[in-house]
Amino acid sequence: MHGLLKTLFVPQGLKAFGLAVLVTIAAISAPQPASALVEIDITQGNIEPLPIALPSFSAEGGDGKLAADMTSVIAADLKRSGLFNPLDPASFIQKNMSVNSTPRFGDWRQISAQALVTGTVTKQPDGRLRAEFRLWDVFAQEQMLGQQFYTTPENWRRLAHIISDAIYERLTGEKGYFDTRIVFVDETGTKDKRVKRLAIMDQDGANVRYLTRGDDLVLTPRFSPTSQEITYMSYGGTDPSVYLLNIETGQREIVGNFPGMTFAPRFSPDGQSVVMSLQQGGNANIFKMDLRSRSTTRLTNGAAIDTSPSFSPDGRQIVFESDRGGSQQLYVMSANGGEARRISFGPGRYSTPVWSPRGDLIAFTKQHQGRFMIGVMKPDGKGERILTEGYHNEGPAWSPNGRVLVFFRDTPGANGGPQVWTVDLTGYNEQRVDTPAFASDPSWSPLIN
Amino acid sequence: MLKKEFAGQGARWIVVCFALLFAAACAQTKPDGLSSNVKPGTGQDFVVNVGDRVFFEEDQSVLNSQGQTTLAGQAKWLNRYSQYTITVEGHADERGTRQYNIALGARRAQAARDYLVSQGVSASRVKTISYGKERPVAVCNDSSCWSQNRRAVTVLNNATN
Repeated sequence: MHGLLKTLFVPQGLKAFGLAVLVTIAAISAPQPASALVEIDITQGNIEPLPIALPSFSAEGGDGKLAADMTSVIAADLKRSGLFNPLDPASFIQKNMSVNSTPRFGDWRQISAQALVTGTVTKQPDGRLRAEFRLWDVFAQEQMLGQQFYTTPENWRRLAHIISDAIYERLTGEKGYFDTRIVFVDETGTKDKRVKRLAIMDQDGANVRYLTRGDDLVLTPRFSPTSQEITYMSYGGTDPSVYLLNIETGQREIVGNFPGMTFAPRFSPDGQSVVMSLQQGGNANIFKMDLRSRSTTRLTNGAAIDTSPSFSPDGRQIVFESDRGGSQQLYVMSANGGEARRISFGPGRYSTPVWSPRGDLIAFTKQHQGRFMIGVMKPDGKGERILTEGYHNEGPAWSPNGRVLVFFRDTPGANGGPQVWTVDLTGYNEQRVDTPAFASDPSWSPLIN
Repeated sequence: MLKKEFAGQGARWIVVCFALLFAAACAQTKPDGLSSNVKPGTGQDFVVNVGDRVFFEEDQSVLNSQGQTTLAGQAKWLNRYSQYTITVEGHADERGTRQYNIALGARRAQAARDYLVSQGVSASRVKTISYGKERPVAVCNDSSCWSQNRRAVTVLNNATN
């Protein structure tokens, strides 16, 4: 059976990082089950996390620490999602699992595992890593998934995230979001003299890399849908302006030639244009710039602060905030401008809207009675739900599968500062992302693989 | 190129100015006080004897009467010492969202700039910039600090003390 290997695809986005090749491996005993017993409905709130057993991958005489570390990264990914409960390895009855043998399902049922992952990581004679894993349905006693990968050793964390994504997708029916990165603003120094640097990290906080040196004040980085570029605001030029930065080459360029300050940039879903605000006297209006033709289009025109534009995933509409009615509220207009329709009507002020990549929801910051909340509503303004609230929560950004929001939470006083948090759409699962210093303005990359 | 300097050193500038502001407050309470030590027409003179900043209510960019008085004094001084160009820096407190506060700070800078121009300061001498909530001068968790941060500060670009 193991001879039946089939190459599925060579993930395109991986080129810059060294190739990972995914191969599907056939089931050991039975053919794929017609229907698995184990599955997670992630649309329900406050679900019981699925008990899953992740015995350390075997190294077959190779690097045992690497195999254990990879397993830990996978377990941590699944646990942080709030949908899985990785079981304590001390409770495992069957030891020394091999990826090439059928598990003793009774041993895993006894500790209430519903899913089981077995795997192995070995180094090939050519220096590449080979990783192989199988996902088992303990109660159906069947293999749900089996895959094999080859990659360069420095890619081991990404490989772990790719495996996490495969497990998540197989058990939830939704795309994962673990093989992704988050761009953010690193903040050091005292509150009145903050030094801000653009930085990028894996979604779990690993592999932090700084993209600017801190000479210039930088704000609000946003990923391109292609993930090779970010757009952000910098105070480095004559006027504070919107820039593009290629995160692989470090190449930087100003976006457009506007007479005044530009800010609050965001890419269109096709990556071909950037929307942003232009300050004109006391007013801020929204403009769109086509990155290829360099032509600019005015989208709003009025005596108001119109800012934080965000495209719908089909590129046809834009949600933004405006104080045209007297206080900050959310409005939706055509991507070509024109009439805008107010969608937020609850008590308080609404800002920083961002459209879900699934199209079904708009996330926002809401201020009411001195509290700052992160919430979601439907694009027509109905169904508002607050996911988290406190002294200061601000600036949500979506995971690429539209199931998790990343935002920053500030704390008060001279020693206070922002930290990056995630919350899932149920609002029950809040997690802090560990960063080297204070961190704000997080923005999620698309799925890399 | 001026902006480059501000981005790097703006915070230091503001702190220095703020210390001087307290000195100004002290000077006013004394009859012919410390201010006489300050050489007229210098940056220090502007900060200590005229006052370099005006303050705003929450989420507002309307100048109150005190702010108008301060700006009228600034205009008078600037009209006398016409060698200076100025940048009006608009700021917001931390109790707002980042993008909106950038625009709000710009509105405040614009309000101060328009008032100076109405008092005869040539528009060509005045630039504006907004720092939003990025450059607080007071950092406590209290409305007394937030009110000091909601400000427009007039900075002399080519001052020599």
